[in-house]
Amino acid sequence: MRRLRLPSKWHLVLAPMSAVVLLPFVWLVLSSVMTQAELNRFPPAIWPEGVDLGGYRTVVERSNFLRWFLNSVIVSGAIVLAQVVLCSMAGYAFARIRFVGSKLVLVLVIATALIPFQLTVIPTFLMFNRMGLTDTLGALIVPQLSSAVGIYLMTSFFQSFPKELEEAARIDGCSRVAVFYRVVLPVARPALAALAVITFITAWNDLFWPLVAINSEDNYTVQVGLTTFQGQHRADWPAIMAGTVMTTLPVLAVFLFGQRRFVQALTGAVKG
Amino acid sequence: MSSTALSASTAAHRRSKDRRRLGDNIAGWSFAGPATLVILGFSLVPMAWALALSFTDSDLMTPGRNVGLDNYRALLEDPVFFQALRNTGLLLVLYIPASLVAGLLVAVLLNRKVRGIGFYRTCFLVPYIVSATATGLLMGFIFDRDFGLANGLLAKLGLPIQGLLSSPSQAMFVLTLIFFWTRFGFSVVIYLAAIQEISREVMEAASIDGAGWWTTFRHIIVPSVRPMTIFLAVWGVIDALQFFDLVMTTTKGGPANATVTIVYYVWQLAFTYSTAGYGAAVAYVLFAGTLLLIVVGLLVARRRGVTT
Repeated sequence: MRRLRLPSKWHLVLAPMSAVVLLPFVWLVLSSVMTQAELNRFPPAIWPEGVDLGGYRTVVERSNFLRWFLNSVIVSGAIVLAQVVLCSMAGYAFARIRFVGSKLVLVLVIATALIPFQLTVIPTFLMFNRMGLTDTLGALIVPQLSSAVGIYLMTSFFQSFPKELEEAARIDGCSRVAVFYRVVLPVARPALAALAVITFITAWNDLFWPLVAINSEDNYTVQVGLTTFQGQHRADWPAIMAGTVMTTLPVLAVFLFGQRRFVQALTGAVKG
Repeated sequence: MSSTALSASTAAHRRSKDRRRLGDNIAGWSFAGPATLVILGFSLVPMAWALALSFTDSDLMTPGRNVGLDNYRALLEDPVFFQALRNTGLLLVLYIPASLVAGLLVAVLLNRKVRGIGFYRTCFLVPYIVSATATGLLMGFIFDRDFGLANGLLAKLGLPIQGLLSSPSQAMFVLTLIFFWTRFGFSVVIYLAAIQEISREVMEAASIDGAGWWTTFRHIIVPSVRPMTIFLAVWGVIDALQFFDLVMTTTKGGPANATVTIVYYVWQLAFTYSTAGYGAAVAYVLFAGTLLLIVVGLLVARRRGVTT
């Protein structure tokens, strides 16, 4: 006799809990297609009467949003690319090559994760200012070319990875560089993906440094641009909500697409 | 003859070994060098520079004069600094225990085979990956005193309307709640990974021995995830002490400095009031305080780990 499988009773606990967590975002999307009248009354509407794209139109037509979006794509893209290359190289060296000072430097690098940004932000600003590089996208990219978290992640990945494959290739006469590109990188793909996902989300969401380093509106990232919405589109809440949705979509997409890797990166448990 | 042959061969051996060691050093440094240089260059150098700045009256534009310990002395009589300390302290005291307890409980709830469990696990991480700017704008509207959804719900339930983000006594609590909402998904993920590592045998043995839910939780899960608890507490302290973005995008420190945090104050001092030297001093005091808090916390945790 087949037993009918009822849905688990745990849904009664889990569903309301996740609803509390998620509902603000559901309402964010709903409010972005409301009319100004629906949001500017008290209490605001919970459910839109129809789909009004006025907010999105305001964002695209009456602000530099698309430019900011492009800036964010450039900056985050460059940072992800640089970190995937530089952190994987460094991680490989720390895990596999015996060189003078490697242990000390690795400890120093990881210890820098404890240095809060507010301590370094003022001198970093002065550095870029003296080089005449503030207010450029380059100023946003250069400090993030590598990261302590990235190096740590890649080092522990390579440490957990069996050596035999590389040693065989070395005995066959491959150089270090050839081994790294032909043997190591292909098997490191999961770790590289995890690093890329976590780096993209961090870079895309960064606000503090772009806020300090950028002055002209043309060089804003989406996050900086979005903060100006409060002043610029005062009381035009559908537009503010539409801008918020558009700013969030890329990270949400990357997160949903690379969720497994993202969780592995957070828990430091990236495996082949 | 045989001895010269032997020494020649050991010399050749040593030479090849030296060459390999040199090769390893060159390879190691050229692989690790660029990434390391960027990190150390943008952390240790500014760190030393910030210390130097904290003894000057730098305004970011002109080179500052040396003022000795004046900045640190001024700090002791700065009411906004103490307000910022209190606000940040409140956040810390509420957020750390809440994120640990809620994180562990939710992780335990999510550690089961139920259809759609993947969806639930995803939900708790979404607030964590959404930017503080987006969260700030959304929550700023939800918790707005005059137009917000929160007061709208209170009104519908017939409850009195609250000041929320416009109220000096409530604003910091509301911000703490929002901060908690965005961050506790991280604790959930870390705890969940740790719980999944607990061997099935241990859990089965416990259930065969008739251990109830609470006994299992108290005597197996809590001790097993202890290293994660310590990690999350340290990380939470660092994270909470750097609280900035949400303040920037909701209250901007107001009303009446009720939500000025240390980092927001550092930012204001350096980049809106042009008192960078003083800002650097405040940043250094915060850094020293953070280290002290973490070291003391770890010592206490270790001692308690030894006695229990």
